[in-house]
Amino acid sequence: MFLSMNWICDFVDLDGLDKVELIRRFSLSTAEVENEIFYKGSDISGIVVAEIKSVEEHPQSKKLHLLKVDAGGGELTDVVCGAKNVRVGMKTAFAKLGAKIGDITIAPRKLAGYVSNGMCCGESEIGLSDDNSGIMEITDDVPNGTDIKTIYDVDDIIFEVDNKSLTNRPDLWGHYGIAREFAALAGRPLRVPETDDLTVYSDLPCVDLKVEDKICKRYSSIKVENIKRNISPVNIRIRLYYCGMRAINFLTDLTNYIMLETGQPMHAFDARRVEKIRVKRFDKKFTFKTLDGVERNIDENTLMICNGDTPVAIAGIMGGLDSEIVEDTTTLALESANFDAASIRKSTVRLSHRTDASMRYEKSLDPEMTVPAIGRFLYLLKKYDGGVRVVSSLTDEYTEKFPPVTLNFDQAFVDRYTGIKIDGDTIVKTLTDLGFGVSHKDGNYTVDVPSWRVTKDVTMNADIIEEITRIYGYDNFEVNTALSPLYPIRTDEVKTDEEKMKDILVKRFSLHEVHSYVWAYNDEQKAIGIPVEKNVRLANATNPNIETLRNSMVPTQLCQVKSNISYMPEFGIFEIGRVVNGLDENNMCIENKNLGITLYSRSAELKDLYFRLRDILTELARDIKHSEIEFVKTEPAHSYEHPVNLNRVILGGTDIGVIGTVHPTVRKNIDKKGNIVFAEINVSKFAAVTTRPIEYNEPSKYPTMEYDLSLDIPKGTVFAELTHCWKSDESGLIKNVSIADTYDTDEIHRITVRFEFSSNERTLSAAEVQEVIDRITDKLAEMNVVIKTA
Amino acid sequence: MDERILQLKEKFENELSVISELPEIDKLRVAYLGKKGSITALLKGMKELTPEEKRMFGADVNKLKEFAASQIEEKTEVLRKKEIEGEIASMPVFDITAPSPDNSGSYHPITLVQRQCEAVFRSMGFTVEDYSEVVTDYECFEAVNIPKDHPARDMQDTYYLENGQLLKSQTSAAQNAILKKYGPALINDGVPIKAIFPGRCFRNEATDACHENTFFQMEGMMVDKNISISNLIYFMKTMLSEVFRKDIRVRLRPGFFPFVEPGFELDISCLICGGDGCPSCKHSGWLELCPCGMIHPNVLREGGIDPDKYTGFAFGLGLTRLAMMKYGIKDIRDLNSGSLKVLSQFRDDN
Repeated sequence: MFLSMNWICDFVDLDGLDKVELIRRFSLSTAEVENEIFYKGSDISGIVVAEIKSVEEHPQSKKLHLLKVDAGGGELTDVVCGAKNVRVGMKTAFAKLGAKIGDITIAPRKLAGYVSNGMCCGESEIGLSDDNSGIMEITDDVPNGTDIKTIYDVDDIIFEVDNKSLTNRPDLWGHYGIAREFAALAGRPLRVPETDDLTVYSDLPCVDLKVEDKICKRYSSIKVENIKRNISPVNIRIRLYYCGMRAINFLTDLTNYIMLETGQPMHAFDARRVEKIRVKRFDKKFTFKTLDGVERNIDENTLMICNGDTPVAIAGIMGGLDSEIVEDTTTLALESANFDAASIRKSTVRLSHRTDASMRYEKSLDPEMTVPAIGRFLYLLKKYDGGVRVVSSLTDEYTEKFPPVTLNFDQAFVDRYTGIKIDGDTIVKTLTDLGFGVSHKDGNYTVDVPSWRVTKDVTMNADIIEEITRIYGYDNFEVNTALSPLYPIRTDEVKTDEEKMKDILVKRFSLHEVHSYVWAYNDEQKAIGIPVEKNVRLANATNPNIETLRNSMVPTQLCQVKSNISYMPEFGIFEIGRVVNGLDENNMCIENKNLGITLYSRSAELKDLYFRLRDILTELARDIKHSEIEFVKTEPAHSYEHPVNLNRVILGGTDIGVIGTVHPTVRKNIDKKGNIVFAEINVSKFAAVTTRPIEYNEPSKYPTMEYDLSLDIPKGTVFAELTHCWKSDESGLIKNVSIADTYDTDEIHRITVRFEFSSNERTLSAAEVQEVIDRITDKLAEMNVVIKTA
Repeated sequence: MDERILQLKEKFENELSVISELPEIDKLRVAYLGKKGSITALLKGMKELTPEEKRMFGADVNKLKEFAASQIEEKTEVLRKKEIEGEIASMPVFDITAPSPDNSGSYHPITLVQRQCEAVFRSMGFTVEDYSEVVTDYECFEAVNIPKDHPARDMQDTYYLENGQLLKSQTSAAQNAILKKYGPALINDGVPIKAIFPGRCFRNEATDACHENTFFQMEGMMVDKNISISNLIYFMKTMLSEVFRKDIRVRLRPGFFPFVEPGFELDISCLICGGDGCPSCKHSGWLELCPCGMIHPNVLREGGIDPDKYTGFAFGLGLTRLAMMKYGIKDIRDLNSGSLKVLSQFRDDN
């Protein structure tokens, strides 16, 4: 919303103050002001009132005229002018030689052979309006030679307030409300606008008016006739234009002017078309042509203003084409109303049509404004069109008032909330300046909230704190740390493990952390042959590519592998993200926090890559949990899983995830040559596994004996199935078991296991060790393992 | 002197002079000075000599022995020195200026910024909380003073799920749960609530270089008996100065957010120009950074905390925005792209 400093100064005297500095303070205390400030009129000078004394046709041009004008002092100046509306006796805006308009300095200039010593100006040329139909018309009573800046409000400071920052301030949607803020900031009194006394019409007949729907909180109306004036005074047009509105006709301009001044939207009906005002909704849908000529679909929820049963306006949004003010309108039915904010907002959304009026109603305007706005309208109407006659009494249906709000609090409350000392006098002055009724005694405050603030934003004590502190100025706050007692803090286990995982994966295994989206990527997955699995869907996705939530990190990562293979020949990516695995019995999403890891290599053997990933998982478990992972073969459940080498990952007896290789179909779609392995770990389940305490073993003073056994493991058996052969040993002499070597061919799967024996009491004899080894080999033989002693 | 001694001495001197390697000198030592060495052997030929001659001969042999030993010692030292010199001379130059192969991993820039923020708050005694991405309407809206039909709901384009839940549109969705989690300790034991909660947020909007439907925020809140606006400004200024590692000026402007009252927009002095005005701050000297405010009494009440006894502040920091500012990332979509061209550049930065 654009605001005019001149207009603000109608209501508060800011003479002698730095207005730009006040605007800056307004931005810090009230609502956000856009950076750019417009100094209207600063780019024109030397424009005076001149009278056209003679008009001749230009001999060589159909468009041009040769004029003699009197720009003051009676001396005539030759001017060449292309405007159609030139006539003898007309007064217009004239740029004298040496005048400035923007970057142009007016100098004698030859036009089709004739010298023009100056320029007659249209309003758009000097930035007063968008009217470019001809040169400006100025009333006869202004003496020639008068600088237009002395008769019109050409010079002005215009600034723009971000509408979003006014969302919660229905009182700031007009200059008067803004002026109240400036008055409070400047510590100057606010002037009440002059209004017409409406009580004098009370004996006149009422407007035929009935509000039949509570959505309309108040409807005030009055009728006026004998309206003669058609075009608005220049100053009104300038203000409307500076504030971003077009001048249309006097009555419409005046309704807009009142809206920009008070914040109260108004509508002027041609009284010939509106005799019985009814405010209501209809039972059925229909179309309605608004004054912008657009046919709009109206439904049962949209409140309409009607003439009897004929709709004439969409309440709070826009008037109808058939009842608008036209050129021959002389009688007026004025609407100044208040509607339910939520209802107007919803209608606006349904109609997808937002107007200056609806924008204001959406904010919960003060219904107390309707009548003073009419008083102000009539005051200005009478001022500029002296012959008008009010022909009805003020007719006012007030269906719902906002309850008054009185707040009680004490100085301690303010001190506690602010953390600084703001004295009672300052508090009283601030609130009084903002229109609150304040009584203050012994540190206790009773505050009556003014009607323009109770509709929305000031309803409780915390709201008062804002009023006090924003005017006090946050820049003036003394800044202090809190004096709260200290207690130890404990970080969430999942969070702790998550950060440890990231460090291990990045620092130890050189993986790259990526981020992605929580939904399955339809298109990307399709491209590599992974159909999106059925899962919880978004109800209002606008993009069909993202309708279904993902149930696994793996497809996401495979898509990301695909997009990176041209950049790196070998890489590993990981992400700790969320997946949703269907709904629980209460119809709530089962959300899991998963770690996805995917390794890709164009050069490494698949087996090596697979073991690299196994080592990564093992290291996570060893480092964070001091525990060993178990792997248990499993069957594929998803299209991207290769049926061979797919294993569940077990930690501390809990199934925490899966490790596997990619199904050939999918792998070929990603890269024919590269190998890809993946793992997915449930981070919450991982975190829930207890970290085992560190078990310290006193090193033995006696020598250690090593004994290697090479085991040829039969097909169908895995190493993990053999470990019980030595884990069951009760001698206590086996101090360590490690893998010394592996040897694999198509026929042979051989693992050389190195046993370390020692005792803390004595040097072991060969026979003792052999006894243990024999027991192990016996058990291994039962498992059909062939022993090759080294 | 006996001819035999002189001859042996000469022979020794000749042999010693041609030796150029350390192992040979050891052999020479054994050959002359060993138990069966030739100098020792000289003594065996003393039988036919008179006692006087024996005494003389013996003394001469001993002299030779000492001479040989010192000669060998001297030569050994020379050769040792020569060997070290040779080793130094033969040492090749390694071109350490050749670049080191790079196979480091990388952290996501959000992780980096998040950790920086977390570290600052941890150091001031804040807990770091974790929260789900799928939440209920109650958590995201009703519990934080955004009832149905509230205009604030229009401001947020929320992704709803077909079961009626939604993807959280703001980290404030966790406020209620945090208040309920730590409220009893506050009320019963006087332990202030100090928590931050980073997390993904979602907005149903079209994406471009400046807009994402998935982004990170970090919510923070502190609740105790006397938490004030003055405290809020202190914590915001301190935290942001730590994160940006320079003295940041902050300013508050009134801002409307349903979950706080008073609510503020927090601006920081421009990181590029320091406040003098430059194109990146549109010549204002300030950057709008995050909403914050005093927790709305309704939010406290809904979390089981009496707003007449306790006050608190809350803020919502855009981690994604912070990461972009800090590292100069121009296109927000790069962050969720999974593109290693972008992401592999981010090393540990804490």
